[in-house]
Amino acid sequence: MASALLESLLDREALERAAGPGEPEWLAAARRTAAQSLAREGLPGPRSEAWKYTSLRALEQRKPSVGDAGAMTRAIDAALFDLPGIDGARLVFVNGQLRKDLSRFAEQSGLSVSTLATTDPDQLECWRAALARERTDDGSAFARLNTALATDGPVIRVAAHAHVKTPVHLVFIGAASEHEIAWHARALIEVGEGASLRLIEHHLGLASPSASQIGNLFANHVLDRGARLDVVQIQDAAPGATLFRRSECALSHDATLATHTLEIGAQMTRHDIDVNLCGDGARFVSRGVFVLRGRQHADTHMDVRHIARNTTSDVLWRGVADERARGVFHGAITVAAGADGADANLSNKNLLLSPNAEIDTQPVLEIYADEVKAAHGATVGQLDEQAMFYLRSRGLSPDAARHLLIAAFCSAALSELQPITLREHLGAMLTARLPRAEAT
Amino acid sequence: MNEATHPMLKIENLHVLVAGKEILKGISLEVNAGEMHAIMGPNGAGKSTLGYVLAGREGYEVTEGSIRYEGRDLLALEPEERAAAGVFLAFQYPVEIPGVNNTYFLRAALNAQRKHRGEPELDSMQFLKRVREKLAVLHLKDELLHRAVNEGFSGGEKKRNEIFQMALLEPKLAVLDETDSGLDIDALKMVADGVNALRAPERAFVVITHYQRLLDYVVPDFVHVLADGRIVESGDKSLAHKLEEHGYAWIAERKLAGAA
Repeated sequence: MASALLESLLDREALERAAGPGEPEWLAAARRTAAQSLAREGLPGPRSEAWKYTSLRALEQRKPSVGDAGAMTRAIDAALFDLPGIDGARLVFVNGQLRKDLSRFAEQSGLSVSTLATTDPDQLECWRAALARERTDDGSAFARLNTALATDGPVIRVAAHAHVKTPVHLVFIGAASEHEIAWHARALIEVGEGASLRLIEHHLGLASPSASQIGNLFANHVLDRGARLDVVQIQDAAPGATLFRRSECALSHDATLATHTLEIGAQMTRHDIDVNLCGDGARFVSRGVFVLRGRQHADTHMDVRHIARNTTSDVLWRGVADERARGVFHGAITVAAGADGADANLSNKNLLLSPNAEIDTQPVLEIYADEVKAAHGATVGQLDEQAMFYLRSRGLSPDAARHLLIAAFCSAALSELQPITLREHLGAMLTARLPRAEAT
Repeated sequence: MNEATHPMLKIENLHVLVAGKEILKGISLEVNAGEMHAIMGPNGAGKSTLGYVLAGREGYEVTEGSIRYEGRDLLALEPEERAAAGVFLAFQYPVEIPGVNNTYFLRAALNAQRKHRGEPELDSMQFLKRVREKLAVLHLKDELLHRAVNEGFSGGEKKRNEIFQMALLEPKLAVLDETDSGLDIDALKMVADGVNALRAPERAFVVITHYQRLLDYVVPDFVHVLADGRIVESGDKSLAHKLEEHGYAWIAERKLAGAA
């Protein structure tokens, strides 16, 4: 294998450590298979369609070590990840390992919160299909790496017909280490029949701006019949971080998944969102926004598959890139043969604030069914000169007018987020990343 | 020269190019505090260009002439500086700004102007009090405040929102660009009431319009006819009635007759 990265990550010792002693044989086998296929194929190259806009060449030369020996003892202030009004169960992972001292195991009826490292083999059996799934495609290179190496992560289950009112807060902290590390975490989330759950996936960093590290989170979301899952994803990783995430979601009959995604952190990030509408009447709503500056690179790769009848997908994403930043949004919607009554709507609007910034948006519609409603639109533009003049003619400075217009542009992606305190908090996080209005 | 002795607005021999084409071809106009001037003319005469040049829009190149406002060179000021100095343009086509709350925008605008003038900014209570006063004068509903700026507004609502902004910002020189176009008679009366309520000895209006209709409700002191980039006729309000009766062709004929 040509990649220094894979050589350092897939060394024998690391693989042996990952396959812990109490692990079922099928999981150990899945780890071996994933590691072998990656070692054989290497990371996807420039010709890979799935990685068209995100080059892995520079990454391949890095030599991080697996995991962080000091993860359990690093000093971390809980104020870093506190969110207003969010006071329910909380799991905090530092460089991929659970920190009990920072976590909060609040009891709630119907809610089971545990971690991969502490789940016994019998319980793991329920997740066998997801954990042992063999993958061969380019797009899943980092999912395979995760399968080979992840030893911990949140495991959450909501019993049938239970309604968990208080959001569960999952915190992933990338903390700086003396040498570059790569952490891997696996999240398994299941919402039972007719049950509901609110989840916050929160990425942040604890590192000097220049410290580099690699994070890799692979999450499975399974929604049983009539279940509802609301996910807020806040990606505010450290400026030197490289972060790979994969959110795989499977929805049964009449299940609803609603996500809000905020991408503002990390040096380089790739987020694969893979949604399968497997049951009739399943519904997926996605709102997202990225705001990038400096030399940040964020690539969101969404695949939504309408498999059953009368399924709905409603995707609205906004992107802003300033300075030399690069944003990518790939939104593919497939309506399978027989998935009649599907209703798919995808909108991705982007704003370039600098001549050196770049945004690539790629909407893809593939329809194999007959009775389908599908609409998609994608634009990349600049600030509206007419609106700028209108605001200035009322007395706003160019900086203030620009700030107001960009904030308004982004707000469309957050306008439905509940609760309002969280929406306002995210709005403020976002506003803080925008080109500054002059001090008032 | 002190402020009392020069007119509020003095336009001299103004020539303006838009996209390489001369639209205004030597306009001169003086407007004093307390006066209302109507600028009438056919489509394409350059009426809106005059409004945009006064407000400072980009893409309007002044090749000759000058505009002085309260004795200062208006053309040297940025749009926001003109606003702070008291110049207001009611847009013919007010811009929709989704996601920006009308109240938030108006308070930001008013406070930006006040700050620029060295006046204390209004807190939200003071601001809301002022808003309520102005809404009452214009017979507008609160609901307008909670919506995004002009988003989804009907044509009439947009124009009334412009007048509301004017009432709130209390400019010294208000330029109304075809504020009457597209309004039904009720909306027209409401706009006229709003304008009349703001008439004051220290404030001047330049009302740009295609039709005489508005001038039945907002009575100008002077009427100027703009045709092909020039002011071809000036008079009192009776000129507006003559125009309505004879049409703009009448002006052209008179000019031809005069030249012959």
